[in-house]
Amino acid sequence: MYAYDELDRTLINERVSEFRDQVKRRLSGELTEDEFKILRLQNGVYLQLHAYMFRVAIPYGTLSSKQLRRLAHVARRYDRGYGHFTTRQNIQFNWIKLAELPDALADLAEVGIHAMQTSGNNMRNVTSDQWAGVAPGEIEDPRIWSELIRQHTTLHPEFSFLPRKFKIAITAAEHDRAAIKIHDIGLRLHKNADGETGFEVLVGGGLGRTPFIAKTIKPFVSGRDILSYIEAILRVYNQYGRRDNIYKARIKILVHELGIEKFAKEVEEEWKAMGDVGLTLDHAAIEEVRSRFSYPAYEKLPHMPDELKQAAHDPLFERWRKNSVSAHKVQGYSIVTLSLKPVGGPPGDATAEQMDAVADLADKYSFGEIRVGHEQNLALPHVAKRDLPQLFKALDRLGLATPNVNLVTDIIACPGLDYCSLANARSIPIAQELTRRFANHDTADLIGRLHINISGCINACGHHHVGHIGILGVEKNGEEFYQITIGGRADENAQLGTLIGPAVPYAEVADVIEDIVEAYLALRDRPEELFVDTVKRLGVEPIRERVYATR
Amino acid sequence: MPLVKQGRLTTDLFVHVADGAELPGDGAVLVTAERFLADPEALLRRAGKVGVIWPNNRNLDELVPHLDRLATVALVFPTFRDGRAYSQARLLRERYGYDGELRATGQILRDQFVFMTRAGFDAFEVKKDADADAFAQTMKRYSVFYQPTGDGRVTALNRRMQLRHSESAGQ
Repeated sequence: MYAYDELDRTLINERVSEFRDQVKRRLSGELTEDEFKILRLQNGVYLQLHAYMFRVAIPYGTLSSKQLRRLAHVARRYDRGYGHFTTRQNIQFNWIKLAELPDALADLAEVGIHAMQTSGNNMRNVTSDQWAGVAPGEIEDPRIWSELIRQHTTLHPEFSFLPRKFKIAITAAEHDRAAIKIHDIGLRLHKNADGETGFEVLVGGGLGRTPFIAKTIKPFVSGRDILSYIEAILRVYNQYGRRDNIYKARIKILVHELGIEKFAKEVEEEWKAMGDVGLTLDHAAIEEVRSRFSYPAYEKLPHMPDELKQAAHDPLFERWRKNSVSAHKVQGYSIVTLSLKPVGGPPGDATAEQMDAVADLADKYSFGEIRVGHEQNLALPHVAKRDLPQLFKALDRLGLATPNVNLVTDIIACPGLDYCSLANARSIPIAQELTRRFANHDTADLIGRLHINISGCINACGHHHVGHIGILGVEKNGEEFYQITIGGRADENAQLGTLIGPAVPYAEVADVIEDIVEAYLALRDRPEELFVDTVKRLGVEPIRERVYATR
Repeated sequence: MPLVKQGRLTTDLFVHVADGAELPGDGAVLVTAERFLADPEALLRRAGKVGVIWPNNRNLDELVPHLDRLATVALVFPTFRDGRAYSQARLLRERYGYDGELRATGQILRDQFVFMTRAGFDAFEVKKDADADAFAQTMKRYSVFYQPTGDGRVTALNRRMQLRHSESAGQ
């Protein structure tokens, strides 16, 4: 956990009082709605279909139990008793009253949580691997760098009014769980031939109307230079990114229009011209931030405790363990994913009661720490294996032990037309229907790893382009239709999905998805061949034929 | 429009002269980049200070050779969501060493004062009187800064390291 010091606390309190002044000026009419819009967006406040929506940052997906309890408090006190975890390590509240927002922010600030730059055309919440610091085989904990970048990008005096939003993600593991290739800047920690730690820097990824997979702009930037290099990218983007058309304003379009070589050259020239502007991170500076992270005092525990051997006779426990429990870098410990995808539920929602209960379980079993992943699930990152049976029982009672992590019902979905003013179609009911269709856990196990991502409009908040199966809601003559793609993925081999056929009406979506899954089961080489690998091997055509033959 | 300069409401001595309009015989004038670049020497020869309004999409290279003879450079915020002039301001101050008046013009609200000051602006054509009146108070809003810029404010990281250093020296 990163511990805020007096300076961090002072800054977020100063931000709360600034926002209080902005709300006051809006309510008194001193600010027009047009003026206020930009200011509220800088602080995570959207005007949605029914109410203001409030998006709170969970930087690099790390929360303390105290912070999670405070999020529960906000859900209960200012909202309707629940929150929605998003694909970018944020939580959203859907029913906030404008006049109460400054108080909600002040309550959050007390535990070191803020909503700075969770929307608007600025540098958004820095995201990372939800298993950062605990996954086996990491180069080092990417949260040290995430925090350095979080601080550097917070209220940046030059880059708070960019052409468009700007998202940075960091991974330090071989397997990319942070989806860095669909970010404006993706950073992959690695070591060069001399053993020095630095970053492969990727740029220009993003989904939305014009999706692109990020390209490598520089294979190695030393850790000491990472802030100045990011500053150079942003300066080029701030000056040359398009501002005439919001659909062409993301850095991906600039990179595409200039070409990666030309863009890289511009950045390199700017970087060289910058000289020493106080951004170089020497050893002491990095250690200063590293020293503010605390790690659990792990015990020396056996790899296979008796409690686990005994519980292995319980088939429900075993199913959950095999699905939701992952290897930890310390012997005797595990990472436990808590599915927020119950059958029939809206993906990523948690009630205030669940949040409080998870906070208690984190205190009891996970050194008071919780993680939030981009797949809209939670995780307890440091669970002793001997505690797994007890934890399973507790999670099961809370409805947080659905054994569907990474399976067909672990669906990513945006809020869609049920909440969002941009949406063309509903997302949540499609997800809910699919979780009912595939509610049988044996069937889901048989299908294996399969990511379904749903967006209710072209803005792609549900990451449909990179779902193994992607579902995109569109509007046709006043009716909800859905385009379906297959073969996308968001990991280190990130790829955009391919359209499988004509859009289908709302009522037929679940049938088509079932047919796609049927086709895959018939076509796969062997049970271990994942859906996405079958599509890669065969292409879209054989699946299309089977699915659309009778339509 | 109220002008805030070096933290105070001030009378604007510069007259904005539109392209094609006749220049006053003396007195300070603000002209567009186009007018200025068409004949810089003629403008700089006349009695009275000269300032240039530099568009936010124009390369600074053409301005840099004239910087030491200009009384003000006005950078433009066509709307407050267009942040290109923040980069221009930092480049003028931090890379090209410009130390004359750097003026923000366009849609300027109090909510930009801290950012603008940190980027190097020291004069502001403020849209609303209430915002101009609130300048000094608004500038006190923040006491912690994460990024180093040319304004010299000490960053949070440096304050922490200084603190650590003095603590370890005191032991």
